[in-house]
Amino acid sequence: MGAAHQAYLLEARQMQALSFAVHIPLVCFGIAFPAMVLFCEWLYLRTGDELYRTLARRWTRIMAALFAVGVITGTILSFEMGLLWPNFTATFGGVFGLGFAIEGFSFFLEAIFIGIYVYGWNRLSPRAHFWSGVPIVIAGMTGSLMVIAVNAWMNHPGGFRMVHGHAVDVHPLKALFANSFLWPELSHMYIAGYMVTGFLVAGAYAIGKLRGKGRPPTRYERVALAIPLTIAALASPVQVLVGDWVGRDVAEAQPVKLAALEGLAHTTRGAPEHLLGWYENEKVKYGIEIPKLLSLLAYHDPDATVQGLDTVPKDRQPPINVVRFAFQAMVGIGTALALLGVWLLFVRVRFGRLPRSPWFYRAVALAGPGALVALIAGWVTTEVGRQPWVVYHVMLTSEAVTGAGGIVVGYTALALVYLGVACGVVWILRRLARSELREPDPPATASAA
Amino acid sequence: MHLYAIPLIFVLIGLVLYAVLAGADFGAGFWQLLAGPGERGAPIRDYAHKAMAPVWEANHVWLIFVLTVTWTAYPSAFGAIASTLCVPLFIAGLGIVMRGATYALRAGTASVREQDRVDLVFALSSVLTPFALGTVVGAIAARQVPTGNAAGDILSSWTGATPLMIGVLAVANSAYIAAVFLAADAHRTGRHELEEELRRRALLAGLVAGAAAVAGLIVVHADAHFLYTRLLSGGALAAVIVSALAGAGTLALVAARRYELARYSAALAVAAVIAGWALAQQPLLLKGLTVQQAAAPHDTLVLVVVAVLGGGLILFPSLALLFRLVLGGRLDHGEEPHAAAPAAGPAQLLAVSSAGLLARVAGALLLTGFGTLTIAEAGWAHAIGICALLGFIVVGFFAIVPAQLAESE
Repeated sequence: MGAAHQAYLLEARQMQALSFAVHIPLVCFGIAFPAMVLFCEWLYLRTGDELYRTLARRWTRIMAALFAVGVITGTILSFEMGLLWPNFTATFGGVFGLGFAIEGFSFFLEAIFIGIYVYGWNRLSPRAHFWSGVPIVIAGMTGSLMVIAVNAWMNHPGGFRMVHGHAVDVHPLKALFANSFLWPELSHMYIAGYMVTGFLVAGAYAIGKLRGKGRPPTRYERVALAIPLTIAALASPVQVLVGDWVGRDVAEAQPVKLAALEGLAHTTRGAPEHLLGWYENEKVKYGIEIPKLLSLLAYHDPDATVQGLDTVPKDRQPPINVVRFAFQAMVGIGTALALLGVWLLFVRVRFGRLPRSPWFYRAVALAGPGALVALIAGWVTTEVGRQPWVVYHVMLTSEAVTGAGGIVVGYTALALVYLGVACGVVWILRRLARSELREPDPPATASAA
Repeated sequence: MHLYAIPLIFVLIGLVLYAVLAGADFGAGFWQLLAGPGERGAPIRDYAHKAMAPVWEANHVWLIFVLTVTWTAYPSAFGAIASTLCVPLFIAGLGIVMRGATYALRAGTASVREQDRVDLVFALSSVLTPFALGTVVGAIAARQVPTGNAAGDILSSWTGATPLMIGVLAVANSAYIAAVFLAADAHRTGRHELEEELRRRALLAGLVAGAAAVAGLIVVHADAHFLYTRLLSGGALAAVIVSALAGAGTLALVAARRYELARYSAALAVAAVIAGWALAQQPLLLKGLTVQQAAAPHDTLVLVVVAVLGGGLILFPSLALLFRLVLGGRLDHGEEPHAAAPAAGPAQLLAVSSAGLLARVAGALLLTGFGTLTIAEAGWAHAIGICALLGFIVVGFFAIVPAQLAESE
């Protein structure tokens, strides 16, 4: 279809980034929240205890509202595939599109069964209602599998050959699923979904606990805190190991991205790691240097040779400081969350209870927004780190962009509308948290059992 | 039938379902707008809102289906359409965002005034979105979209008489379908007053939609004569006649209060119009681009067909279940005491001894995962490692949480 000149490429990229940043937190809730709600309902089915049912119903309302917003922000993303990057889709739609076509079906099943689940409380038999929630969890898995398959392909493309600007010899299954990038990236995102959801939900209850000032929490509050907190606490140490796995794959297939993450200007044997600092004039200034750590982490060998940024021309390097800061933010926050998780697990295993220190709950309250920042920072790392390529070493982002004008107008309009949506979401979550369920709550005797 | 045309059939089927099902939702918004603010319009607005609640999200996924199959199977055509028609598509996108957001927000409104505001944004975007999408269809039909990256004019391509007329027709049709569907729902749930009001609206909207269709033909005659001649010959003509008959038939069925049949004849009228458009346009997809030229490579087409058929095997039974529950009144709003809790007493969730065992298993899984994912180098070891680590999360969760909940009894 041909590349077009676009004066506002940066604005197009920012508009795409904004759309992702709004959608991805909702995806986390789509991945993890249905499983938590279903777990509560399963507890209810096993024990007959109305408390679990009340909790599941309350969470269902939040799940439904967030899913509705996720549907529309996801729709915008699929529009933008054509509105912003028509040449990317026109050239490679035949290669990666299948992933989205299958994802469309996952999305469909999610929407259908969310409809049944949300409106089926009180209407279906308890067992049938529980089972109507299971496809939501499964569709959340397959949906994220498909989307990550496409992103992994953009980072590590295969399954086609380029001849005169056209993709030939196209094998979509090979492109999407026979890709070494897929499984680490999928695991990383899937676990992130549980961390973000777990810490955000737990954080909301932790704030309630801190505000209660010594008032012993009700059993409802304890349960509502324990479930999401335990999931997040188990997931976050695992995420450190999975992140290390992703990093080793990046070192192998995208050495320039790794060099940008670490601010490594020249190819180095036994490369050091720099914490913090600022990349300028081909070195990291004001950083804390740890000798040989980068070689050790990337290749499991302290004397391994790590490729530097100087192996590609300047206009083929991503913006170093953006990528480096995003990466360090993700790793720093991720490590802190893992330590928080270990704290909880240690107290749990050693003393058989939750930690009592108010500092623990203050940390949990911060962990929700922290996990969100780490999530976005992680996506900045992988997406900006891939620049200037949209399909790594195959198509430049500047070749993918639309030739149409008006990007700035569209970007402004979308930003304003999303700002309004964000205010609306905050407003409705507060309303839903306060308002009573329409059905009278179970009698006190049931919850005192 | 050639392989390269099969995904297009899927796209057209998706478009028909979107136009009928989402059209009914858009139209419901249109009637909310006409019902007006405050207490006076509240019954119709409430009713329109609740009638679409359980199916709302599913109805709108048809658009995602249409988009994804188009860009997979006809990537170059998708790129050309999306870049040249970026303005109406973007307007539709924003409309969808505002609709969805206000739809979700309505659940949190507490006063009539709050509801009025939310409903107004919802209703306006419900009119704007089908109009914008209609102009996209009109611009493609009027051959205003050349191949290439934003090769057509981004304004004049969709502001001609034909695209605008199709936009109006899309709104009129949505309103007609919505009134028929809502009247059918009111009839089913025994709300006779509402049924009568909605029936009147359906009859009126049917007449307006019919008049708009005739006006559309006149506009096309003047503005895009090639389209006019092709619409009124061969298979396309047959489709146009079927559509006209089905539209008029729906009117008669509504007049006779045979609403359930009217649902299907209204859908048939829409399906026939879209079929007529496709027949009038074949073999061209866009100006100077045949379906065959636009099609993706062979392997991709085969996989798309397999994926859609396979997906359909799961999708259609699920969708049938949803609609059966909705039309059977199983998911209706209103308060009913919930079914009795299952017979189980306050049973122990898991015995304490098994919690100890689970904790040990979780620890073993964590060590295995660390060894095989982090230390080992081989791909197969990594596969074991990630499974072990996910297992650690799940087993660890069941080791900790049920015991903890049991303690807080």
